[in-house]
Amino acid sequence: MAKAKLDHKVESPALIEDFYRQMLLIRHFEEKCNFAYRQGKVGGYMHVYIGMEATAVGINHALRPGWDYVMAAYRDHPQPLLMGADPVSVMAEIMGRKGGLSKGKGGSMHIYDIERGFFGGWGIVGGHTALGTGLAFAAKYRGEDRVTVCYLGDGAANAGVFFEVMNMASLWDLPIIYVIENNEFAMGTRLEYHASDTELWKRGLPFGIESERIDGMDVLQVAKDAARIVERVRSTSRPCVLEVMNYRFAGHGAADNDRRLYRTAEEEEAAYQRDPLPRLERVMLETNAMTREKMEAIDEEIKAQVDKIYEAADAIPFPDPAEVYADVYTDMEPEKGH
Amino acid sequence: MSPGGPDLEKPMPATIDTTYRDAIHRAIDEEMERNPDVFLIGEDIGRYEGTFKVTKGFWPKYGERRVVDTPIVEPGFTGIAIGAAMTGLRPIVEMMTMSFSILALDQIINHAAKIHYMTGGQAKVPLVVRGPGGAAKQLSAQHSHSLEGWYAHVPGLKVVAPSTVEDAYGMLKSAVWDDNPVIFTENPGLYTLKGSIPDDKDFSVPFGKAQVLREGTDLSLIGYSRMTQVNLATAERLSEEGIDAEVVDVRSLLPLDTDTIFESVRKTHRAVVVYEDWKSGGFGAEIAARIGEECFDDLDAPVGRVGGLNVPMPYARVLELECIPDVENVIAAVRRLV
Repeated sequence: MAKAKLDHKVESPALIEDFYRQMLLIRHFEEKCNFAYRQGKVGGYMHVYIGMEATAVGINHALRPGWDYVMAAYRDHPQPLLMGADPVSVMAEIMGRKGGLSKGKGGSMHIYDIERGFFGGWGIVGGHTALGTGLAFAAKYRGEDRVTVCYLGDGAANAGVFFEVMNMASLWDLPIIYVIENNEFAMGTRLEYHASDTELWKRGLPFGIESERIDGMDVLQVAKDAARIVERVRSTSRPCVLEVMNYRFAGHGAADNDRRLYRTAEEEEAAYQRDPLPRLERVMLETNAMTREKMEAIDEEIKAQVDKIYEAADAIPFPDPAEVYADVYTDMEPEKGH
Repeated sequence: MSPGGPDLEKPMPATIDTTYRDAIHRAIDEEMERNPDVFLIGEDIGRYEGTFKVTKGFWPKYGERRVVDTPIVEPGFTGIAIGAAMTGLRPIVEMMTMSFSILALDQIINHAAKIHYMTGGQAKVPLVVRGPGGAAKQLSAQHSHSLEGWYAHVPGLKVVAPSTVEDAYGMLKSAVWDDNPVIFTENPGLYTLKGSIPDDKDFSVPFGKAQVLREGTDLSLIGYSRMTQVNLATAERLSEEGIDAEVVDVRSLLPLDTDTIFESVRKTHRAVVVYEDWKSGGFGAEIAARIGEECFDDLDAPVGRVGGLNVPMPYARVLELECIPDVENVIAAVRRLV
């Protein structure tokens, strides 16, 4: 393998450190979520982003904070963290606390920070791609140069509504990037068992949408590709389908504790070799961008930060039972009682 | 103006004679003129002028930016409207017939209805979904559904079914101004109904208020949408026999004004609920159940129900008419109570 070389025009040591910190934050945050789940502090369905960090980090870097729109499906913890949401309120939402971003009404799958442009947080596979397209429609309607990033999984790439909205996004020149996060599994169904054409980037081609596939395990490459694509979408108001190849190190959800039903230990071991964190560490060492000691110090620092986030979230009370009626409507309460 | 008295100098607002269809058209037109965030989206609503011609003339007047002709994909364009509404735009979605909204149930129920709640109040969905609901004439089984009862089942939605020209005008205004998703159903049999509306762009009819359209003492005929017109005709027929029926127009299913319904039943001691939807499990069953729960001691007879026949809508006119409740069906139900 050729020795890594940095392109210092785009890869300053400070930026690399940012990426490293962001990926570590997501990794440790998600591990803490798993811990909280095992402790019984998190219920329901929870899906973590472990192994996929480079994708969200690289793409987020290309976006304009507070201006561009982002929508995700239910693997939605990393986006708000990257977009500046208070991490305690993200963790509190996952733990169903009143101080959560959705006041404990949403949970892990339904996290939103609308003010910062993060529009959730959705549990119906493929359904949210229509809403994401609506965000791009609104930007176009108002003549704003906002770009919308709509994440979806490889499973959602088969959904009918996704095909409907790709057609309209192209027909109407909507500035949206559909990021298909191909982590190789739709829940427990492997890609080749659910997709007749496993090259999911081609989904955009019948609609005349510029489409491509990139490696989602190399954060520097993702960031470069994302910057190029976001700039193009912003300037042309043309949609894009971007298939990002990554791998779900974890099970589908926290309740998925028998991964041997659908994949082997050997396969997982091979995938771990592509782990985006050690990969970036190798680059940093080879290019002298960061010493091993500093990496270890940052790792400890972020672990401690995540411990604090968890403790702060755990100190927040559960919602008051009377809150059950709040926010069903903007201007009235629903009928009460059983 | 003298304090405490009516302003005798101010002329009474003039009224405009119009039809149910044109009243809706006028309400939309005025709100599009008033607010640039209001736009129309749906199938064949622009160049083709709308299947029922409600949107005739809007495409030349407002252009394709605000009168958006879509592909025939209800989930896709409804979801786009919902996403746009989340950013503050105020879309009016036309369903070519409400029957087609079945395709968009995922977007309406799984998404629009619960966004305000799931986001902990962060996002609003000022969306109107309107269109003809119920039987037109020989459109048979896939174009004749009355689905308002399905929607009225769902917390987070508001559901209205005006039966008069004035209400069609005033409730559409309220729907456009509402910050919650509103299902606005127009029975195609009402489009040519004549009536008058105030010559007042600020006129509106609030949701959650039933109205007594005809006062009576012997029994209450309770319905909404076109069935209110059937109830009015039935009351006329009954008066020839000396039976004095009160006609309660529910007009807003969610929120539901049970006070007005109960007040009527407590006065007349008898009630027949009339609805075009399939009788079994339709919204009339909900109204009847509530009367039973709250007015048991006031009733002199069991609550009667008249609903559509529990069959798919047939094509042949003679069979279709068999399915839709008419004056004779209502009179037959009344005979069982008095």
